[in-house]
Amino acid sequence: MREILRFDEVSLTYQADNGEVDALRDINFSVNEGELVSIIGPSGCGKTTLLSLVAGLVAPSRGKIFVCGREVSGVLREVGYMLQKDSLLDWRSIFGNVMLGLEIRGLKENAQYVEHLLKSYGLWGFRDKHPSQLSGGMRQRAALIRTLAVKPDILLLDEAFSALDYQTRLVVADDVFNILRREKKSAVIVTHDIAEGISMADRIIVLSKRPGRVSMDFPLKFETGDSRTLPPLRRRDDPLFRQYFNDIRLELGINVI
Amino acid sequence: MLSDGRVKFLAAKKRRRVLIRVSQISILILTLVLWEGLARAGVIDSFIMSQPARILRTILNWQNNNLPLHIGVTFFETIIGFTLGALLGIFIAFVLWWSDVLAKIADPYLVVLNALPKIALGPVIIIWVGAGMQAVIVMALAISLIVTVMEMLNGFKNADPEFVKMAKTFGASRLQIFTKVIFPFNLSTLFNCLKINIGLSLVGVIAGEFLVSRAGLGYLIVYGGQVFQMDLVMTSVIILAVLAALLYRAVALLETAVMRAVRHR
Repeated sequence: MREILRFDEVSLTYQADNGEVDALRDINFSVNEGELVSIIGPSGCGKTTLLSLVAGLVAPSRGKIFVCGREVSGVLREVGYMLQKDSLLDWRSIFGNVMLGLEIRGLKENAQYVEHLLKSYGLWGFRDKHPSQLSGGMRQRAALIRTLAVKPDILLLDEAFSALDYQTRLVVADDVFNILRREKKSAVIVTHDIAEGISMADRIIVLSKRPGRVSMDFPLKFETGDSRTLPPLRRRDDPLFRQYFNDIRLELGINVI
Repeated sequence: MLSDGRVKFLAAKKRRRVLIRVSQISILILTLVLWEGLARAGVIDSFIMSQPARILRTILNWQNNNLPLHIGVTFFETIIGFTLGALLGIFIAFVLWWSDVLAKIADPYLVVLNALPKIALGPVIIIWVGAGMQAVIVMALAISLIVTVMEMLNGFKNADPEFVKMAKTFGASRLQIFTKVIFPFNLSTLFNCLKINIGLSLVGVIAGEFLVSRAGLGYLIVYGGQVFQMDLVMTSVIILAVLAALLYRAVALLETAVMRAVRHR
């Protein structure tokens, strides 16, 4: 299986006004093609920083990061990033929004693929609408299509559902999972929500408190189906779901008081 | 079929609207009637205060007193000063947005220049660019420039950081971030700024015309005052008020058109 992403002894220390901050220390892990990996950790443990490293927005202090065998130094076209908020530009139509990445990268020839994505995922009829006219779930879908439009090999989801209300969030997680599977994408899903992390991934990585280190890294296996096909909502009924949940909870040091 | 409560609510709302509009018009008419009446009755001196009928006569006499020329000159100077001020202001704000260090360096100077009454620079401007229309235009420009720079720079800096980050993840260059995110994000800031500027430019033009000019409404006001023709002064002031309102309206219309064009891309 092709290796899409690899962290090789990566550490990051950054300079803040009130001193040095050890954000990440000695991170090692890799993501294979088609794999969905959830990174779970307490807030402030460097989850978002880790994604910024992959996206080439921040450079590591030590170690190397490889995407599809290439060392990351700057923004790579193989990487697609989904932020916490859908960040749809409200002055653009949905079509204008999903075309943004292509415009920036000068890849207008992907327009047909965008059309395919919009049609497959029920947004074609809304292409002339503006973001404010869409529901939260549909906006998130549009944001996903905008990211997929540039045909990245790996997607980074940074708390991508945290701006949604809980009910919408469950539905959107299911939705995004299905789209990622159908488009055969690899993804790193960063979340503070343990249940959401388990429900979306093939593998779980737990980060410790700052400086963030990998404290757990294990594959998910379910009794009621394979992690590759078992959708997020159904997983929550699996007997092993609770066990994974408790393992991670204890690792994070969340105990009953 | 509307419910009784709804009908009453809508009727009350309409009554309110009518009341406001009727009051607005009445105040204008009442003022004119009172002014005219008091002047005719000799209570106020129409030589000092002028009077509506005389103002009307001055306007109707436009062929002899060259009103169109004066209006045209003021209009032209305002539009040029306003446009240059806006363009230059946006450009400087763009440069300062680009370089944070430059912005920090410029900050105290901007604050001082903003607080300085630009009209005080009048004599300097006249000496530098020469007495004439160019001085008036520079005056109009100077008065709106600093405000534009400060307002736009503030807007550029406060564009949603999530939008900026999103563009960065696609590898957007700084120029692309500006054209695709920062500038469109600030279109409403820009138009709010332009709406204020159009009035400021007019202030600059009139002040400039007071100092140096051979034509324009500002010139007419000064001239009228010197030869004690209050009719001419009052007429100019009233035309100026109408011109200011029309220019403001034009900017507002431009805003609607631009916003619509941008949203329909």
